[in-house]
Amino acid sequence: MTDKQSNSSRGQGPYIAAIDQGTTSSRCIVFDKDGRIVAVDQKEHEQIFPKPGWVEHDAAEIWTNVQAVVDGAIAQAGLSKSDVKAIGITNQRETTMMWDKNTGAPVHNALVWQDTRTDVLCREFGRKGGQDRWRRETGLPLASYFAGPKIRWLLDNVEGLRERAERGDILFGTMDSWVIWNLTGGVNGGVHVTDVTNASRTLLMNLHTLAWEPKILEAMGIPESVLPEIRSSAEVYGQAVGGSLAGVPVASALGDQQAALFGQTCFDEGEAKSTYGTGTFLLMNTANKPINSYNGLITTVGYRIGDQAPVYALEGSIAITGALVQWMRDQMGLIQSAPEIETLALTVEDNGGAYFVPAFSGLFAPHWRSDARGVIAGLTRYVTKAHIARAVLEATAWQTREICDAMAKDSGVEPTTLKVDGGMTSNNLLMQTLADFLGTPVVRPMVAETTCLGAAYAAGLAVGFWSDTDELRANWKRAAEWTPDMSEEDRADQYRKWLKAVERTKGWIDED
Amino acid sequence: MSGSIQSVERAAAILRLLGGGERRMGLTDIASTLGLAKATAHGILRTLQQEGFVEQDAATGRYQLGAELLRLGNSYLDIHDLRARALVWTDDLARSSGESVHLGVPHQGGVLVVHHVFRPDDSRQVVEVGAMQPLHSSAMGKALAAFDPVVRTQLLAADRPRFTARTVTGRRDVEDLLEVVREQGWASDLEESWEGLASVASPVHDRRGVAVGAVGVTGAVERVRESRDGAVRPALVAAVRDCARAVTRDLGGGRFRIN
Repeated sequence: MTDKQSNSSRGQGPYIAAIDQGTTSSRCIVFDKDGRIVAVDQKEHEQIFPKPGWVEHDAAEIWTNVQAVVDGAIAQAGLSKSDVKAIGITNQRETTMMWDKNTGAPVHNALVWQDTRTDVLCREFGRKGGQDRWRRETGLPLASYFAGPKIRWLLDNVEGLRERAERGDILFGTMDSWVIWNLTGGVNGGVHVTDVTNASRTLLMNLHTLAWEPKILEAMGIPESVLPEIRSSAEVYGQAVGGSLAGVPVASALGDQQAALFGQTCFDEGEAKSTYGTGTFLLMNTANKPINSYNGLITTVGYRIGDQAPVYALEGSIAITGALVQWMRDQMGLIQSAPEIETLALTVEDNGGAYFVPAFSGLFAPHWRSDARGVIAGLTRYVTKAHIARAVLEATAWQTREICDAMAKDSGVEPTTLKVDGGMTSNNLLMQTLADFLGTPVVRPMVAETTCLGAAYAAGLAVGFWSDTDELRANWKRAAEWTPDMSEEDRADQYRKWLKAVERTKGWIDED
Repeated sequence: MSGSIQSVERAAAILRLLGGGERRMGLTDIASTLGLAKATAHGILRTLQQEGFVEQDAATGRYQLGAELLRLGNSYLDIHDLRARALVWTDDLARSSGESVHLGVPHQGGVLVVHHVFRPDDSRQVVEVGAMQPLHSSAMGKALAAFDPVVRTQLLAADRPRFTARTVTGRRDVEDLLEVVREQGWASDLEESWEGLASVASPVHDRRGVAVGAVGVTGAVERVRESRDGAVRPALVAAVRDCARAVTRDLGGGRFRIN
């Protein structure tokens, strides 16, 4: 990827640099005014698994990598700091770390969003008021992903940390805060901030006031002094100090999925994007209303530009989409590479009556059944591996349909079109199936890197590089569009069968 | 088996033998099993070894199947794999050229479109994946025929219907044209398939140097040529070739390939 930019046809400067501090790697992408990629650099970091279910990152390593990829991308593009008008940040959400503000040293490895060590804590917090105890305030269920319980775990388990925190020596941050604090000087005046989208994943921020919720801080036993200031997603937080971009404004922060929503220019109510990777994250813009979900979705802040009103979103996630194709390749050995699933699936006309519900670790949104396990239903002697391949792709499409239905129920707004991104969008059959099952057009934009692009857009807006969201919309180019080609009766009939298959996954695991 | 070549038959027998139960065999065993003189067996083995189909263990002197044979068996390129690898590059080509982009592979005497990126304007377009383009008049077809001998033979053997006044149909003319394409590394279709439309295409090679596909841009002839009868815009040619090289690199194809 990195040597792509020998491209003679790239546009003229100035540019925006976006840093994507992700779960497996850190990247820096430089964009021009048309939103085209000028340079990319990327570095992976170590995944640390101290115990089953525990996942950690070394935050010091991550900061070193972030500096390296920024320098790398700038050097590759042959730019100087005066060519770069702003730096934007996007990051893996919920991953939690704490550090000493006097030394800049992390007090412990970062606890990654996938880490489940706070399951027990979450159950304890839920003893009063249940899993939805703070849903009204935060939009979230009590779950181990979110940052608040992870802070509590660190305070309880790192020797002497609570005392140091109460003395005011300790700072908490998600990865956006850590990167911004270091970029803007660290121990020498680094700013300690987070943005509303990242703050909305802590279980500590009130969605309505966009401020830390004292009641929850008290219940979780978290001193307010460790928390960063909550700012908008697009404003100048400070200037970079040192490095190849010294003096350049640091001007945006967005959680990765929100950044993709922004990069896909979903600025209007009802506009939705879905990112197809190992799992899938679907976010729909609900304008200025935080909509409480009664159908198993999450309410979150989509973005906030400067002092404009915040824009909210409903979020639904699917645990297993691309992962099911990988499973067909690695565990079943039915294909050699992930794209071959399409080749195999195209050798038959339909699923032959087979439905595959990949509830490998339970059913998530909108069902939330931890006692469910995977099922292939409707098997007959007629069914071949090619029918199963079809069922695999259809599983991704039906799961998307379920999330869209839940969003329509909660918000009263039907998504008009679905904007897609991520690796699986190269699968034509899947994209057509998606349009068929949703009954709405599915559109793929020309830039695959929507996450970084979103962070760049927000930073560029903050410094006046782009004037408004209309200008960004004009940058959005359609690379392909799939329109529904399925009768209403077929769609309804097959959806009914899918839901029957879903029913058959439930209750497989005996409770204790 | 009239017309079969004895030494090729014997080479095939040796390969089958080495691919059987006993994977490593000495020269004496191979010769006696197949009823060949040792010198004959040795000559064939040495040739197979040069081609990489057979390897000889340095310590024991025994023979086994070579890496090249395994590569041949695995070299089939899945068209959906090709699309996945080409995705970012073709997106970028559409953006930089402002035209629609196609990726095609040879298929049943024509070019099968396996990927299509819309022209980046707001016009209504439909995904053309699965459509066929003619070998003799399309830019992708000519790019493939110029670099793949099998496709070239198909093109020369097939009917070459005249779609427009500009379609080149004569055998000698086509042969000359392919020679030019081979030399310059790219092909064009200037209103040879459809009136008003022009294309530029360049081949994509896999790691063995085989032209497995072609990538091309298509647009109104006024935008593709400098003037109505002028040369193809050099920037467009450069962008198409950059894209083809990038996909070739992603497939493990050689960086220093001439085209």
